[in-house]
Amino acid sequence: MFDTALSAHDLLFLAKGAGVTLLVTAISVAFGTILGILCGVFRFQVGPYWASPVTFILDIFRSIPLLIQLVLANAFLGMVLKLRMSGFTIACGVLTLYTAAYCAEIVRGSIGSVPGTTRRAGRSLGMTWFQDMRYIVLPLATRVALPSWIGLALGVMKDSALVYVVQVTELLKSTQILITRLQEPLFLLMICGAFYFLISFPIARFGGYLEKRWSND
Amino acid sequence: MIKIENVRKSFGQLEVLKGIDLTVEKGEVLTIIGGSGSGKSTLLTCINGLEPIDAGRITVDGTVVHDKSTDLNKLRRKLGIVFQQFNAFPHLTVLENVMLAPRKVLKQSRAEAEAMAIKQLGHVGLGDKVDVYPSRLSGGQQQRMAIARALAMSPGYMLFDEVTSALDPQLVGEVLDTLRLLASEGMTMICVTHEMKFAREVSDRVAFFHKGVMAEIAPPEKLFGAPEDPELQKFLAATH
Ligand SMILES: Nc1ncnc2c1ncn2[C@@H]1O[C@H](COP(=O)(O)OP(=O)(O)O)[C@@H](O)[C@H]1O
Ligand SMILES: [Mg+2]
Repeated sequence: MFDTALSAHDLLFLAKGAGVTLLVTAISVAFGTILGILCGVFRFQVGPYWASPVTFILDIFRSIPLLIQLVLANAFLGMVLKLRMSGFTIACGVLTLYTAAYCAEIVRGSIGSVPGTTRRAGRSLGMTWFQDMRYIVLPLATRVALPSWIGLALGVMKDSALVYVVQVTELLKSTQILITRLQEPLFLLMICGAFYFLISFPIARFGGYLEKRWSND
Repeated sequence: MIKIENVRKSFGQLEVLKGIDLTVEKGEVLTIIGGSGSGKSTLLTCINGLEPIDAGRITVDGTVVHDKSTDLNKLRRKLGIVFQQFNAFPHLTVLENVMLAPRKVLKQSRAEAEAMAIKQLGHVGLGDKVDVYPSRLSGGQQQRMAIARALAMSPGYMLFDEVTSALDPQLVGEVLDTLRLLASEGMTMICVTHEMKFAREVSDRVAFFHKGVMAEIAPPEKLFGAPEDPELQKFLAATH
């Protein structure tokens, strides 16, 4: 069945695509999470009224399909602002904001899940707002946020396939290039899927490991 | 000394404290009784500055609680408070719960904080529970842990807000025994409680709150034996 024209060189080409997928995802999830935490804490702290401008902007990034965001960002930065930015930079920028928008929602919800009475107990012991955040809210909210955050990270990894529209050759685009040349779509997509799995599996398992470690309390 | 002078406090339209005057001397045990919604909890959270007040003044050892220049985080080290709800930090063991604030707020060394935590946990009868997580404790044990956690800050005053109200009846006794122990050691305490027998035993004075007013305050023999306020008479008749 696997009588294929796929060479070691082609496999390397796919692995490089997988590397790009991993890199775009890692950068976007890292910066998107930091930005998302800042926005989420801000939204929780100032309440819905004062946070509404931020909420509105984040909602835009959550509600417009990623493909459209990428195309529009590319056109806007290139043609309107006349900035010379690589497709890779644009891809990371758009995916970072996209991640931040979802992450802010997760952060806001999980901070809200920490009972006010528990926080009040911390403050009553003389802890500052920051100490309460650092030693009580952060650990408790992280436990609540973790499953959703893992889901977000895996989702961003798969959504990153769309960055081909800004000329970034990631895993799926690499696969398509080979499909065009070798005409073996099923076999190549299987390999492509295996690469995605190899990237996702450790992330999912790591999440499972943390959840288990934290379940003693 | 905690000095409360003509304190008023409203939530929106609802005036919850209508001019409270009360002084608690060092070493005194004051209990506060009264119906639900009479403003007892609100008064305690005003004393440690968790709630702002609208008028009047509260001073703790001469420090004006609601003054802008007052460092509330510093003031709260003097004022231990234990609430009705069990407020364990669920991600920390019993020992870590008690050590957290001494470590982070008082900047004690690990050894120092641990020694104090073990001493206070022994004091409330949890010496054998130091390494378990709070979810393994009964409600009574969790409340005793919360008391040890507050005591580890070496507060000058302890405020208790209905600490036995959320407990199963058979667990109330162990927590009240801990409070009795503290009272016998000379701790200055304000206890909001529905346990009339306890109030009668430990208090130097008992205050009765009704609709945001301190309707009567007297030593327990007087307040329970010969209540003057008609609302207090009704309240006592209903709780007997
Ligand atoms: N944060 C709050 N916001 C609005 N109303 C409150 C708040 N806290 C307490 N109240 C109201 O103030 C009144 C007094 O409450 P509280 O001091 O808890 O009474 P008690 O402890 O005597 O039962 C109640 O009517 C209660 O509903
Ligand atoms: Mg109350």
